[in-house]
Amino acid sequence: MFAAAAQYLVSGLTVGATYGLTGLGFTMIFNTTGIINFAQGEFVMLGGMMSVFLRMWFGLDLFSAIALAVLATALVGAAMERLTIRPIQGGSPINLVIVTIGVSILIRGAAMLLWGKDTFSLPPFGKTAPMAFLGAAVQPQSLWALAITLALLSALKLFFTTSIHGKAMLACACNRKAASLMGISVARMSLFSFALSAFTGAVGGAILAPITMTSYDVGMMLGLKGFAACILGGLGNPFGAAVGGLLIGIMESFGAGYVSSAYKDAFAFVVLLLLLFVRPSGLFGKAGAERV
Amino acid sequence: MKPWYARNAAKAALFALALGAAPLALPNEYYINILILGAINALIALGLNLLLGYAGQISLGHAAFFGLSAYATAYATARMGLPIPVGMGLGVSLSALVAWLIGMPTLRLRGHYLAMATLGFGIIVHIVMNETVEITGGPSGFVGIPRLALFGYAFDSDRAYYYLTAAVLALAALFSLNLIDSRLGRALRAIHTSERAAQTAGVDIAGYKLFVFVLSAAFAGVAGVLYAHFLSFVAPSSFGFHFSVQLVVIVVLGGMASVWGAMAGAFFLTALPEALRGFEEVDILIYGAILVACVMYMPMGMAGAASGAWRRIGRWRRGRAGQGEGGHAG
Repeated sequence: MFAAAAQYLVSGLTVGATYGLTGLGFTMIFNTTGIINFAQGEFVMLGGMMSVFLRMWFGLDLFSAIALAVLATALVGAAMERLTIRPIQGGSPINLVIVTIGVSILIRGAAMLLWGKDTFSLPPFGKTAPMAFLGAAVQPQSLWALAITLALLSALKLFFTTSIHGKAMLACACNRKAASLMGISVARMSLFSFALSAFTGAVGGAILAPITMTSYDVGMMLGLKGFAACILGGLGNPFGAAVGGLLIGIMESFGAGYVSSAYKDAFAFVVLLLLLFVRPSGLFGKAGAERV
Repeated sequence: MKPWYARNAAKAALFALALGAAPLALPNEYYINILILGAINALIALGLNLLLGYAGQISLGHAAFFGLSAYATAYATARMGLPIPVGMGLGVSLSALVAWLIGMPTLRLRGHYLAMATLGFGIIVHIVMNETVEITGGPSGFVGIPRLALFGYAFDSDRAYYYLTAAVLALAALFSLNLIDSRLGRALRAIHTSERAAQTAGVDIAGYKLFVFVLSAAFAGVAGVLYAHFLSFVAPSSFGFHFSVQLVVIVVLGGMASVWGAMAGAFFLTALPEALRGFEEVDILIYGAILVACVMYMPMGMAGAASGAWRRIGRWRRGRAGQGEGGHAG
């Protein structure tokens, strides 16, 4: 009984780490540009799939393949901003959202053409023998996933609080016009936020690929869960999004374990809806944060 | 009688004529099929346009209302043996009822939170459709829905079915045009512009939002029953997140807050994948690229682009006329 709960907790946290990183990506782009980027899930897919294929095509070792895949995804994010978002900046928010949906269709289509419809897997990062934790069998990959997520979160926290670029991005989040009056290039910050959130998403995809399989079409559900994570945490709050992702992962895993695995994906959304009815701006969101 | 009644009736009559003439220009049944599906999508788009284009409230779960009514009439007619009109009535009522129940708590949310809540609702409904195999047939779908017969007339040919959907669509367009010109339409636009200002002016915001949400779900419901009795087969994959997104894309691409734009967007996006069939595997890439390009280069949608072009033609003609007069005077 207790062992089962511990098992669900660990697997929920592992998947939740990726949801959290996806949600973090949504938040970074939302904060600097005000856009909800529906291609975020495709960044996560690219992180996993490119790692798989860089290994396969060039015989790279696991870590160089992942590093290259993550950097390449960051480039895809930057290219997306330059080619499709920058030309229509200042357009109506719904048009920008539709453009990101179009880009997600493009990325998914390209991935399908390039890599086919099969599912692939990455080998785990370290040892494969499971470890015992409170009676649960923990895959070492789960610990890798959590450790990498924590490391990335701390690095981002450091970046936002100490570096000039990080502070400039935060300034854009507070007030874009004021930031640009202070000499911050809002356009460059927008480019930067797309690259950085593609990077974050791709890391999420790479750490998840050894645990659940990956294929060209995993991006959509992951993206939706990431969106749910940042809404749950309160839109605009990056660390709220990370916590939201972990919570969604845990809810899903317990829902699948104790209620029904068929309704696994529905579980998190039901809880999220109920929460929104009680707290219309998420767990850690400020009331009245909506721009009029 | 208000003057706009006659104007709207004339517009809708012209539209009905155009819809009626469309099959004459098309060579075979395959195109009629696409027209029917286009008209069904246009019907949903009309309703969603009232919600999104006029009242400014997003729904990323509209496929659920479409699907709920399709399954309801399928179950009522094929499993319970009820007459088709009863099944259709049940289907539309179910969509409207669910919209009313879900709308009350949901429409208090704003912006991205509303998007998330409607999206979540759509996904939950989609999963339920997949998992309640005894009722819906699960992922493999619900087969054996009777083809439509009303008042002793069986709509067996696709052409007959097309004329039925076209008539329903023309009536729905007339209804939408009248609604927009009415007091309620003005209230919706006031809500879109500024909720606070509308509230100050005495507009019952919650009431109007809920009304238009239920109304747009009912439009989707009518489309759903027409869809079920046309294909005689429904499966959850037609009612998922993809379709909800496609509906929003239709309204935006057509041109927000334009009845004609919403319908044009629906026919365009229904026909586009068929037109791209020839490109085989790269069709999805071209589809995505066209979508991105359309939104980038037509920020006001097809309706906006059309009226812009119309204005430019007018200016050009006036310019020419002006030049001609100048020539005379000289």
